[in-house]
Amino acid sequence: MSIKFERYGKGLAKGMVITLKHVLRPRITTQYPEERLNISRRFRGSDFVWDKDRCTGCATCAKSCLQGNITVVTSAGKENNYVVEEFEIDVGRCISCGLCVEACPYTALHFGLSYEKGTYRRGDLILGRDKLELTPASQPSGYDRPEFEVRLPKQTMLLDRAGRKRQK
Amino acid sequence: MNSWILDNFWAHFAVFTIVILAFVIIGVMAFIYVERRGFGPFQLRRGPNRAGPFGILQPIADAIKVLLKEDVVPDRADKVLHTLGPVIVFLPVLLIFAVIPFHGQIGGLIANLNVGIVYVAAISSLGVVGVFMAGWGSENKYSLIAAMRVVGAMISYEIPLVLSLVAVVLATGSLSMNGIATGHPLPMILLMPLGFLIFLAASMAEINRGPFDLLEADSELVAGFHIEYSGMKFAMFYLAEYGHALAMSAVAATVFMKGWVGPWDAYLGWFWFILKTLMIFVLLVWLRVTFPRMRIDQMMSFAWKFLLPMALINLLVVGIQVVAFGGDIPWWMMFINFGLAGVLILGWSKFFRPGGARVEYQV
Amino acid sequence: MKIDEAKTESVILEIPKAQPVMRDVEIIDTDAPGDDVFVLNMGPQHPSTHGVFRMRVTFSGELIEDMQPIFGYLHRGIEKLAETRTYTQFIPMTDRLSYLTSMANNHAYVVAVEKLAGIEVPERAEYIRVIMNELMRISSHLMAVGFFLNDLGCSVFTPLLYMYREREKLLDLFEMVCGARLTYNYMRIGGVSQDLPEEFLGYAKQFVKEMPSYIEEYEQLLAENEILLARTKGVGVLTPEMAVNSSASGPVLRASGIKWDLRKADPYSLYDRFDFDVPVGEIGDNYDRYRVRIEEMRQSLRILEQAIPQLPEGEVRTKVPQFLRPPKGEAYGRIETPQGELGFYLVSDGGIAPYRLHIRPPTLINVTALSEMVVGSLLADAIATFGSIDVCLGEIDR
Repeated sequence: MSIKFERYGKGLAKGMVITLKHVLRPRITTQYPEERLNISRRFRGSDFVWDKDRCTGCATCAKSCLQGNITVVTSAGKENNYVVEEFEIDVGRCISCGLCVEACPYTALHFGLSYEKGTYRRGDLILGRDKLELTPASQPSGYDRPEFEVRLPKQTMLLDRAGRKRQK
Repeated sequence: MNSWILDNFWAHFAVFTIVILAFVIIGVMAFIYVERRGFGPFQLRRGPNRAGPFGILQPIADAIKVLLKEDVVPDRADKVLHTLGPVIVFLPVLLIFAVIPFHGQIGGLIANLNVGIVYVAAISSLGVVGVFMAGWGSENKYSLIAAMRVVGAMISYEIPLVLSLVAVVLATGSLSMNGIATGHPLPMILLMPLGFLIFLAASMAEINRGPFDLLEADSELVAGFHIEYSGMKFAMFYLAEYGHALAMSAVAATVFMKGWVGPWDAYLGWFWFILKTLMIFVLLVWLRVTFPRMRIDQMMSFAWKFLLPMALINLLVVGIQVVAFGGDIPWWMMFINFGLAGVLILGWSKFFRPGGARVEYQV
Repeated sequence: MKIDEAKTESVILEIPKAQPVMRDVEIIDTDAPGDDVFVLNMGPQHPSTHGVFRMRVTFSGELIEDMQPIFGYLHRGIEKLAETRTYTQFIPMTDRLSYLTSMANNHAYVVAVEKLAGIEVPERAEYIRVIMNELMRISSHLMAVGFFLNDLGCSVFTPLLYMYREREKLLDLFEMVCGARLTYNYMRIGGVSQDLPEEFLGYAKQFVKEMPSYIEEYEQLLAENEILLARTKGVGVLTPEMAVNSSASGPVLRASGIKWDLRKADPYSLYDRFDFDVPVGEIGDNYDRYRVRIEEMRQSLRILEQAIPQLPEGEVRTKVPQFLRPPKGEAYGRIETPQGELGFYLVSDGGIAPYRLHIRPPTLINVTALSEMVVGSLLADAIATFGSIDVCLGEIDR
């Protein structure tokens, strides 16, 4: 705590020099719709991908959800198994905690990578089977899924962008 | 220039009123753009860049948005004062431009007053009445506090402002704006740097900018005196705020930086004038972007205990020089004046204590 | 059953009039003629109350004569919600307490649960927790200082935006680790949810290397600024006695000159392995609180410098059943979050959900001393002092 209390405006002048220095620094903002950063490989959002072949209908995800958003309806199958008849996630009430993805013992439920998921109606936020199912086009996130994580593009870091010009 | 317009009183009046009105509105829009865009690089961001190329239409978009808003008058407000407030704030700002010389020897556009600087000082402080009317008439406690502050602060800062202008008048030997601009071969900013700093600080307080934006004080008083305004009336306040900044920058450019005088000023006078005005304004933006806000009691003590003695000493020093050199201060005095300004600021800073309610901790 | 009507009526008449719920708030008719107090309700909708805090201030001119903090506008019943969720399911809820220190909140809660259930944590997980906590401390202090300066009236946000730049880098790191930028939900009972990504350590090292020069810049920008000094020195003084008596904690307590940091006083996790200082202030004014936070950022960087190279290999999570049933009993887990001592008091009845959870929020207790600090100063100082406490309404109201 060795700050001298100078009163003749030296501190003010120093502050002005610092702000002037920043004019020459690179801007750190991005122009969002045109310029997009890579999001985290472990992205958690309001998008889910559900692998219907791996899902056994055990409903562990539904039990682990603290909001009770996941609905799983099953019926008895022929080979002593469950047949999943309904699988729904109410994303409108989801807090994206990721407990369901972690809980899934058969790695059948993953987060998705897309984040522009605004809708005009609350009803559209209830994702049914058609929106959840794993297709070649859907991108599962690497959250708690190391096998997906290695395949995803590297996250854009501000440290890379802002640090470049500071290295003299 | 058409001589008929200059000779006929009413034609002259009508034409140049429109010219000034257009200049103020376009100038204000340009200033808003310069400020908002200028904040960008200081803050590592880009500033508005969506409306038009480089965001140049942003002030227009702002204006349209503000004008389309509903005009809300609080139920218990004093309707007359509430409505008159913005008008009275905006009017003096326009009136200042009547005497500011834009270009060449013509002088002020509407009136080439031989007491132009007195007129500027008198008119520019009228806005406080409108601010107080707005603050009082809004029936809001925040705006009332802002009004209380503004009356104290603006009147206090009027004195160092005028005293620093008096020193300029002594040095140039003229009261008219044009006479001041052409009165001395050197710009006053070089001849009396202390006077310029005092004028800058006092005019920043006068136009409520930078560290002196106490009557808006958005972290304390939400929006200060215009908290209850919306729509057109709010736009008037906004216009008046930046118009006042434009006016004060123009006055500073004329008084301290020789206004339109520059190379080829027979043709480029208006260009030099606008360039100098813009330079002053960029300095104001830079100051605003850097400093935290002062507290009301510190602001008052800064005016009375720092700026006022400094302005008096400055006046004394300039007066002695004027008497000693017979009204024409030689150019080499500027080095002495720079040194003197430094010594005075350093010396007086040692004595100056900004007071406080729970007073400053004495180390 | 036949009701005697006369009797019913008398019963109704006997019901006493409703008392005001908050007894402390005496109701003053502010518009009564001849009343010379000037009462201003600052908040709950006010730009500088950091949420929905309300200050009921009595002025004489601009001088504050009386101040009553009123809160509860953001009450969400988080303590009650815990009783209907399993121990693991409550972790995301702790993110929503003080949303600028989510990682530390997670840590405090899992420390309490681990104490309750007697769970061992792998060493690597402890190291990760320490790293995350210190990164969180820097991020939170950046925001605290930035918003404090904003309250002081850096009206166009310049220092705040500079601090956002550094916080953004930290948020990138957090996002890389746990996939979210605000509600991390990273700590788990018995460890952390996932191991660090491989490129994390490189970036963290780079951050630790770069950060001191930025802190230096903030100092140059503001620490000697005459306006800042005049605004903060000697303003909002919290005396050491008052700080202890109001059981304040964190930077607010340390600024008053009391060297009390849970990382040293009651070492949890691995903090006894690291070498760092506890910065203290001199008199407990706004300036000291500002300085203590800046100093603490430097100390956090010191801890990070030691912790990152030491990070051992190994497991990051002990196997814990999804529906954990801790033995009957109670436990109090506390850590030093950026804002002070955050404690979770848990009572278990042997079921899958806590029987009772109580949160000791640091900022609620720090803010109780606010009226001591601001009475006798000016309106602008009240705002600045409130900003210097670094409150988070999500935590005060819970």
